[in-house]
Amino acid sequence: MFLGIDTSLGTAVAVIDPDGVLRAERVSANALGHAEVIGTLLQQALNDAAVTAALGTAATGTVPSLAADTVTHVAAGMGPGPFTGLRIGIAAARTFALARGVAVVPVVSHDAVALGILLRAQLTDADPGRFAVVTDARRREFAYTVYEGLDDDDGLPVRVSEPALVPRDEVDARLGDLQATRVDATAVPAAMLALAASRAVAAGRTIGPAEPLYLRSPDVTVGHTPKRVGS
Amino acid sequence: MLMSAAEPLMSAAEPLVLGIETSCDETGIGIVRGRTLLSNTIASSMDEHARYGGVVPEVAARAHLEALQPSIEAALAEAGVALTDLDAVAVTSGPGLAGALMVGVGAAKALAVGLQKPLYAVNHLVGHIAADVLDADAGPLEYPTVALLVSGGHTSLLLVRDLTTDVELLGETVDDAAGEAFDKVARLLGLPYPGGPEIDRAAASGDPTAIRFPRGLSRPSDMAAHRYDFSFSGLKTAVARYTEQTPDADVADVAASFRESVVDVLVTKALDACARYGVPRLLLGGGVIANRRLREVAIERAAAAGVTIRVPPLSLCTDNGAMIAALASQLIMSGRQPSTLDFGADSTLPVVEIQVAEKDAVASP
Ligand SMILES: [Zn+2]
Repeated sequence: MFLGIDTSLGTAVAVIDPDGVLRAERVSANALGHAEVIGTLLQQALNDAAVTAALGTAATGTVPSLAADTVTHVAAGMGPGPFTGLRIGIAAARTFALARGVAVVPVVSHDAVALGILLRAQLTDADPGRFAVVTDARRREFAYTVYEGLDDDDGLPVRVSEPALVPRDEVDARLGDLQATRVDATAVPAAMLALAASRAVAAGRTIGPAEPLYLRSPDVTVGHTPKRVGS
Repeated sequence: MLMSAAEPLMSAAEPLVLGIETSCDETGIGIVRGRTLLSNTIASSMDEHARYGGVVPEVAARAHLEALQPSIEAALAEAGVALTDLDAVAVTSGPGLAGALMVGVGAAKALAVGLQKPLYAVNHLVGHIAADVLDADAGPLEYPTVALLVSGGHTSLLLVRDLTTDVELLGETVDDAAGEAFDKVARLLGLPYPGGPEIDRAAASGDPTAIRFPRGLSRPSDMAAHRYDFSFSGLKTAVARYTEQTPDADVADVAASFRESVVDVLVTKALDACARYGVPRLLLGGGVIANRRLREVAIERAAAAGVTIRVPPLSLCTDNGAMIAALASQLIMSGRQPSTLDFGADSTLPVVEIQVAEKDAVASP
């Protein structure tokens, strides 16, 4: 099973089967408080996944196995997103994977939003055309990534432009230049994050950066008064 | 429930605990078995902060995320244990830099859930005291003891009646921490960051009595409300004024006189607390304890006052994960329940909260 963790907006945790069936999803929409909720959401999602896996084996008459809750990969949402929250999910993904001895699969968080949009469109035979996933980046900026369709071979969203920041009052002009429809997202679906990861692994592709997509240098975030605390 | 993150069933004799500490600029991973130190891995982002003259929280937090996994792996290798051998995971909940603490909290929770091991969220300041139990050469810590914790982030005077149940805050800095004062004065004197070792070097040839700098919060009128509190911002201002008015000031004398003022206030207040509470024991902790002059003066004046000084090994005085693991180990050995998974990072966690979010005790069958 693939475990997906994203804290680029709220806190989202999901578990899917290798074939994409959703086993569990636990979400907190709070744009803060990631550190508070991450452990509980993770625990609940794993519990739920074990229950649904057990039900699944009961329904099909197969023998329930201890492997029912076995997570084989951890999909980590790498952003873009406000740093303080974003890091918590990545840290959690890394240590959970370390604990279980499994691999971390980094995924651009916007890819998960785009995959959700494109799969929904596929079901209704709609064509969303070229669109931009737009999320809050704080500091009067948005983060955006432009997509167009799913790759025929691996079923992953095709990125037309990489994640970038834009001042809020310039976003529409920028997207107009890129001929992309604006899609504002307030949540990243962890199930889609996990699905993107499983499709990437199946295709042997690396689709996300190993390090977080901060998109800003660290000293941009501080004033002129560095603070010492600790030691 | 199919799985519980924290079944409190473990051997209480000598628990194997991994501690995660990310409250400031050091990513500390420590592993202890009971009172025995197995590994103490520290990755510091200090160099990255040097050009800012102080810790930049965002730089520190980014560095924690990068250092965490390699540090955990290095600590395990050094200790010769596997994650699955652990009895518990421990983490600093606070006090410290919020964004930095959160990296450790998120990592510790996922590690504990992934391993299905209990998690102990603990107080950083009390962790500094707990470092003492890892000192193989010292006997057990006697109670009560006064503890003076001095670093770049905190300057606190504590009365410790029991490490796991009863730590009282007697006083703390009302403005800058002592280490922060060293950094700022170093900057005034044109010395690089971090200031502590630089001031020390410059002070070596100076006369500590050359300039009489003020002793913060030490006037008789301060004794009522701030007897055990510290203030270093007035001292910093006095040094700034002195160097402005004395262009040909001898840097060595300024450094030595400044350092003497800091050391004098720290030691005087700590020994005053020992006298007032009738406690003949003083424990020193925190990174600034590495300052040789502070230790010298403390040992000399404590001896005269009939107070025994304890200093944990200096490698355990700076921020580290081993002290966090040691505190959790003490909590476990005294029968405490693990923390729930719902705690957060608390940048101003009071010292009386030795453990955060302890679960309700399970009724015995
Ligand atoms: Zn400290």
